[in-house]
Amino acid sequence: MALYSEKVMDHFTNPRNVGKLDDADGIGEVGNAKCGDIMKIYIKVRDNIIVDVKFNTFGCGSAIASSSMATEMIKGKPISEALELTNKAVAEALDGLPAHKMHCSVLAEEAIRSAIKDYYDKNGIEYDHAQFPEPTEEHDHDED
Amino acid sequence: MVKTVYVDNAATTAMSDMAIKAMTPYLKEVYGNPSSLHTVGQVAKEALDKAREEVAALIGAKPNEIYFTSGGSEADNQAIRSAAYAGLAKGKKHIISTAFEHHAVLHTLKKLEKEGFEVTYLDVHSHGNITAEEVERAIRPDTALVTVMYANNEVGSVLPIREIGKVCRDKKVIFHTDAVQAVGHIPVNVVEDNVDMLSASAHKFHGPKGVGFLYCRTGVPLKNLIEGGAQERKRRAGTENIAGICAMAAALNEAVENLDKNMKKEAALRDKLISGLSKIPHSKLNGDTKSRLPGNVNMCFEGIEGESLLLLLDAKGICASSGSACTSGSLDPSHVLLSLGLPHEVAHGSLRLSLSEYNTEEEVDYIVAEVPKVVEYLRSISPVWEALEKGEKPHLI
Repeated sequence: MALYSEKVMDHFTNPRNVGKLDDADGIGEVGNAKCGDIMKIYIKVRDNIIVDVKFNTFGCGSAIASSSMATEMIKGKPISEALELTNKAVAEALDGLPAHKMHCSVLAEEAIRSAIKDYYDKNGIEYDHAQFPEPTEEHDHDED
Repeated sequence: MVKTVYVDNAATTAMSDMAIKAMTPYLKEVYGNPSSLHTVGQVAKEALDKAREEVAALIGAKPNEIYFTSGGSEADNQAIRSAAYAGLAKGKKHIISTAFEHHAVLHTLKKLEKEGFEVTYLDVHSHGNITAEEVERAIRPDTALVTVMYANNEVGSVLPIREIGKVCRDKKVIFHTDAVQAVGHIPVNVVEDNVDMLSASAHKFHGPKGVGFLYCRTGVPLKNLIEGGAQERKRRAGTENIAGICAMAAALNEAVENLDKNMKKEAALRDKLISGLSKIPHSKLNGDTKSRLPGNVNMCFEGIEGESLLLLLDAKGICASSGSACTSGSLDPSHVLLSLGLPHEVAHGSLRLSLSEYNTEEEVDYIVAEVPKVVEYLRSISPVWEALEKGEKPHLI
């Protein structure tokens, strides 16, 4: 199986942090079912630390693996660190993604950002809006 | 080690023992070039002639109406371009096809559109089929070609080729059919089917990859795509793939000889799969339910995505296919599923199981047991399914 790295397959077949948090402090949902992937991330925050994180994902193998890896990378970390997580870091941690699957790692980054923004909004915490650009709702659909 | 259950026969098939046996002498002992005058070459030429006679007889054609090619795509390209340019020479620039043709046809038509041809793509409706009347209504005085597939590779619909052929014959329009999924699987006879041109591919009926043929009826003009030697009566340059051609003839012979038996077996397995998998809630069978290839099952399961379904099935040894975007390398699901009017969200969750006579009832039982588990698991982690179940979004199927 050459399509995905062993790490992607591991995180796809045994995803970490899969599920929901009923008492989540922040929920982020990005993607579009039309395009074939939606990620929903739940975070629990204590003293600016992401003490728990869960995800639900509709999507391909790399979308599920990216959600799993990204949640693992921010679990137990301060929010400031989670906000620094880039899609490239997620893809690298998975030993790479095929070029046309990189958008899955972008979704993971955006889902985390969106969950943190939701936490800030719900708790009236001031933040720099420039740090939270609008997630890319639609991908480009190539005509060719 | 999990046992492999191969149900992707519309993608390619395993070679039959008979085809392999027919092939090997031409890889070793009979290595000659059929164009050579010496004995070694002439032995190869005899084999080539015999294979041509066999293939022709098996589809009701004459030997000099068969042109060996590298496969179905080449045959499609050559047939369509040839007929289009023959039409153009008479000032005809209109072509009729369907919305769910194979890319070998669609992309050739797209190129012709850029060259100034106008193409009518007939709607295949939600049931995945067209009628001869629809073709008739679309024919214009400047129609150069009608190209309609015999059977659809993804959703298994079998099209009314004989009736469409009759309409085209009456209207004096060249009729080509991409029969890659039909030849060796259902009865095909170029005379009874009123076909002018027909494309076929060996590896879809247990022959080798890289070889196929184009049938072109006597009197229908055929231009070559590849310049070079005088092979295939100057219509296809390049030294003939003798080993592949002989194996193709053997495979087709075997397929046609066992056609009734194989069709019955595959249809029974197909129907068992369909009835078993239809028990999954919010699932849907795609394609024509009545006029259908005996080996095709294509279903959508709402709330999940096809690639993750395929990967999890692969881990259980089940080799299948999907029309989801993620399996196509683009972000859109397959044009075939979209042509049936399926919403993108639903089309992403498709699964195609394509059978051959090598599949067994035991394998089908295994698939019927395993697919629902994987669907249920993927739904359990899917935010789309959650929204559907909570009633936040309406179920579409």
